[in-house]
Amino acid sequence: MTTSPRSPIVSRRALLTGLTAGTAGLLTGCDSLARNERFRKALFSAENMHKWLQRPLQDRDALAPEYRADQRSPFFRPNGTANPNTESYKALWRGKFADWRLMVDGLVARPLSLSLAQLHTMPQRIQTTRHDCVEGWSAIGTWRGVPLKLVLDAAGLSSRARYLVFHCMDDMGGGNGYYESIDMVDAFHPQTILAHALNEQPLEVRNGAPLRLRVERHLGYKHAKFLSRIEAVDDLSRIRGGKGGYWEDIAGYEWYAGI
Amino acid sequence: MTIDNAAPPAAPPPLVKRHRLSTRLWHWTNALCLYVLLTSGLGIFNAHPRLYWGQFGANFDKPWLELGRFGAFWTLPAHYDLAMSRRWHLSFALIFAFALLAYMLWSLFNRHIPRDLAFRKGDLAPRHIWRDIRDHARLRFPAGQAALRYNVLQKASYIGVIFVLLPLMILTGLTMSPGMDAAWPWLLDLFGGRQSARSIHFIAAWLLVAFFLVHILMVLLAGPVSELRAMITGWYRLPPERDA
Repeated sequence: MTTSPRSPIVSRRALLTGLTAGTAGLLTGCDSLARNERFRKALFSAENMHKWLQRPLQDRDALAPEYRADQRSPFFRPNGTANPNTESYKALWRGKFADWRLMVDGLVARPLSLSLAQLHTMPQRIQTTRHDCVEGWSAIGTWRGVPLKLVLDAAGLSSRARYLVFHCMDDMGGGNGYYESIDMVDAFHPQTILAHALNEQPLEVRNGAPLRLRVERHLGYKHAKFLSRIEAVDDLSRIRGGKGGYWEDIAGYEWYAGI
Repeated sequence: MTIDNAAPPAAPPPLVKRHRLSTRLWHWTNALCLYVLLTSGLGIFNAHPRLYWGQFGANFDKPWLELGRFGAFWTLPAHYDLAMSRRWHLSFALIFAFALLAYMLWSLFNRHIPRDLAFRKGDLAPRHIWRDIRDHARLRFPAGQAALRYNVLQKASYIGVIFVLLPLMILTGLTMSPGMDAAWPWLLDLFGGRQSARSIHFIAAWLLVAFFLVHILMVLLAGPVSELRAMITGWYRLPPERDA
């Protein structure tokens, strides 16, 4: 016996039930798979694959796109800590950051302690770039600051240094500040600057006053705000949670944030 | 149960080879990838469920679309976890993109593209297209040997998905990567900015969902068992010739 080609093979109700149950089943399956240690490792290894693919596609000094002043966002959206609000930060802010210093130490020949005024006397770079948040939004602003390379040269970076760790003044709980890290490819990139001004104005507190990192080929969370110290290290595993950044430790964000 | 004894039971129509290994492998790999990419993509979208046109766009700018968050049924993971959604998305994006590339090259090499997918002489004649639209509207599907070939609407939708929509997903996805924008700045010119690329990525994802729904409907109407067997084993039982 053959069925007529016109008879409904699957009823609409069965189809909808099947699709719904199938989707729900797949999602539950995926979630439990993600808790499997080996699968999770494989999933997380894609980050290195992206880095491994992107780095050769970029020239070492390939620039992030720069924009004209008239292409800027009308208002540059702040994100993350809006105000560190600690007693020590408030004291520095009241003194217009005259007592603030940027420490540069770790694997360097000459540890530095730089004031804002000293940073202002160094050569500056101005760049109008796009800030891409991991959440999906973008804002364009003009940054002014000192190329990080000049600071590293002044400190005499050791050839053993493989990463720079940026320590921040905001308290993320338990007395631990925000922190981030980059490797030497990004440290010596021409657009990597220590910015003290946004859109021709000294940095507002919400944007990371008095000094923040700009590392333009990465997502926003790499651009550490409220800088207090740059530490040159050969290994990230001994720093804090070991994953190279606050969100990397806490939430599982990618350390390579070019994606 | 009585059996109609007027005619002797006909032998089932022969099984014929329908889909090559490359097509079957890619089809299921791609199905899995698109499922993970859609659900994890909606999880990422939930972090900022607003879409803009142009180079920039954030909370103080005007979106062209603003939605609430997609619920647990839609997203991977089921709860809000931007980091894990991104891990899923960026892993399967690699598999998806390289599988598509491999499939395209393999299909060029084994002549799947020129033999089965490319339009033939007469395919695009208005009368031919019109007849195919009418046949679809009347749910009149090709039978016998004709069922072995893709009809013109089928070719058009496969070509549209494989050579337009899927590459568009990859390119707009790459445009959202700040690292790739430094490597390939032309991506931004192509789509008119990162936020435009994000909007196009979102729209194209729903076009793929629309394709999926029509695709499933067509499989069900054409005979799901036979169609599924063909896409799994490669062997297809020809639908019997119609009498009239």
